[in-house]
Amino acid sequence: MSNRERHWEKTKGHMLMTLALWFFFSIVIFLFGAEINSMSFLGYPLAYYMTAQGSLLAFVVIIFWFANKQEKIDEEFGFGEKEDD
Amino acid sequence: MFKGGFIQNLPKIYGLYTGGFIVFIILMAIAEQAGMTARTIGICFVAFTVAIYAVIGWLSRTVQVDAYYVAGRQVPTVFNGMATAADWMSGASFVALAGGVYFGGYGYMAFLVGWTGGYVLVSTLLAPYLRKFGCYTVPDFIGTRYGGNAVRFCAVLVLVLASFTYVTAQINATGTIAARALGVPFEAGVWVGLVSILLCSMLGGMRAVTWTQVAQYLVLIIAYLIPVFWISSRIGGGMFPHLMLGDEVARITELESQFGLVKNSAADMKAAGVPGGLKSISVTHAGVAAGGMAVWKYISLAICMMVGTASLPHILMRYFTTPSVKSARKSVAWSLFFIFLLYSSAPMLATLSKISLMDPNLPTGIIGKSISDVMALDWVQAWSAQKQVFIADFNGDGILQLNEWFMRTGVVVLATPEVAGLPYVISGLVAAGGMAAAMSTADGLVLAIANALSHDVYFKMVDPKADVRKRLIVARVLLIVIGAAGAYIASMRITSILGAVAWAFDFAMSGLFFPLVLGVWWKRATKEGAIAGILSGLAAGTMYLIWVYPKFMGNDPWLGIDHLRFGMIGAPVCLVVMVVVSLMTKAPDAATQRMVEEVRIPSGKTILGKQH
Repeated sequence: MSNRERHWEKTKGHMLMTLALWFFFSIVIFLFGAEINSMSFLGYPLAYYMTAQGSLLAFVVIIFWFANKQEKIDEEFGFGEKEDD
Repeated sequence: MFKGGFIQNLPKIYGLYTGGFIVFIILMAIAEQAGMTARTIGICFVAFTVAIYAVIGWLSRTVQVDAYYVAGRQVPTVFNGMATAADWMSGASFVALAGGVYFGGYGYMAFLVGWTGGYVLVSTLLAPYLRKFGCYTVPDFIGTRYGGNAVRFCAVLVLVLASFTYVTAQINATGTIAARALGVPFEAGVWVGLVSILLCSMLGGMRAVTWTQVAQYLVLIIAYLIPVFWISSRIGGGMFPHLMLGDEVARITELESQFGLVKNSAADMKAAGVPGGLKSISVTHAGVAAGGMAVWKYISLAICMMVGTASLPHILMRYFTTPSVKSARKSVAWSLFFIFLLYSSAPMLATLSKISLMDPNLPTGIIGKSISDVMALDWVQAWSAQKQVFIADFNGDGILQLNEWFMRTGVVVLATPEVAGLPYVISGLVAAGGMAAAMSTADGLVLAIANALSHDVYFKMVDPKADVRKRLIVARVLLIVIGAAGAYIASMRITSILGAVAWAFDFAMSGLFFPLVLGVWWKRATKEGAIAGILSGLAAGTMYLIWVYPKFMGNDPWLGIDHLRFGMIGAPVCLVVMVVVSLMTKAPDAATQRMVEEVRIPSGKTILGKQH
């Protein structure tokens, strides 16, 4: 496998991992909205908290993590961009 | 003080600007104490901020193609994040979102998840690759990746349809706010809004829009957050409402069961003369409806908004302006962070607004009080006169019940400062924020449409030999024509703000999501597949919309897929047709395959040259 192919395999894996997290916070927990709403977080009902704030915050964290890790993958295979590009 | 170029000094420039804006707010507050009228304060806020945007638009004028289309590809990560957030958060987000949460509860908040979760798709699937491609517009990518003017034209078609549905709602919102702040009729407000929008975009294209959007973001976020924090500490909700309103949410739930949630029948509301568009609270604030259908309605709405987000051209094109691929990725993260600041505050504002009105222990509470007392309140009189609030004494007992109090959704943001007894300067600030939100989105949309028509239709199809001067003149003329068309339609008032906004997402996801994603992630996708996919997805979605929308054919939604969710029909059709037709046609040639491989690598030159 060439360097490019290995880079793309790893990029794809990272993409799928990120989308799995996204899927959990955007869809899976809301499948159980009525069930988890009796639990409480910071004093808010849990499903209410997740849709009002929690999932939104999770998406922000996921994208920062995604961008940092993808940069490392690019550098590992020598495809990182120089600052002055 | 300013060593180095403009880009190096951005933090200083916008720091000064923010400081100046805060000084302006303080001056206005002093003027209010000195006896300046509410109307003059409103005019000052809107006129001052719009004048600043116009100055930025003038300073950013340009005669270069890459500055006009992609701001010279030198917008730093964080600033592009702010510009995208302003581009994204529309008049509807600013004015109607908290009201939507106020009336719609948990089910409505699927919009919040949808409008933020979509950015994960943007950053993982699209933004970095489109940046590497080096295109000027979204159809530019589709046209070059798949090859040929037919597919380029199909992409332009979806772009125009989606963006135009969206832009009329924005011009409508600028018109409403300008009309109220300046005290002119709505129709005149729409044209004032249009002129302001064109001042920001005409001379400098993407460059001017970028730097005005950063300025507009700062105004809109200050205008949104100050009232939230102030009201929260005023009614004893705590200094940091996002973490501290748990008790208030519980208290609202308690009051709901005490007052009873009653859904008024349409006949009762008609008999009492409730003006159209006004609602009373009939859905629980924090409860979750049980049952499979409720879950499906929540999730299908979230999916439509997420996938739609990842296909809206005016958002994707913002990531063409960053200096590198990795900064495009980071920039998506910053965009979402800046959006999060407002979106996570909307439910808090809805909570504060609701408890201010409902809790009889608070001085602002009106539910359970006598109707004649409530009618005597200044703010109730002012907003009733504009048909924004209404009281209908259904049971004739002279006491205001929860189901007898009606408001328009926008009132939650626009009137809550007054309800909570904040000075008028805050209301003026909120008007300036709403104007900034609506203008910045309208700018981005008008520019997306005009650029697609000038670059993809005029330059690529009609006159490929046109020189730079001629291209930019055509681009500007189109900008005026499209803005005027949008303002004309908005002045006819045919759509409510949110209905039209959700449609734009559904149109975009029906026609563009899979052609964009598969263009990067599936080398085997062919031109014929893309054309068939775009057209059939768009046709299926549109036909379903006509079939289901109450004002058109009005059939019962199939599987709960109503007119807000018609992308659930369009996008799968697009995917299936695109894959089947691609597999039936000849694989793309070696040059195209190499191009796709090149897009997947961040380093190296862009696919399309710096000037094309």
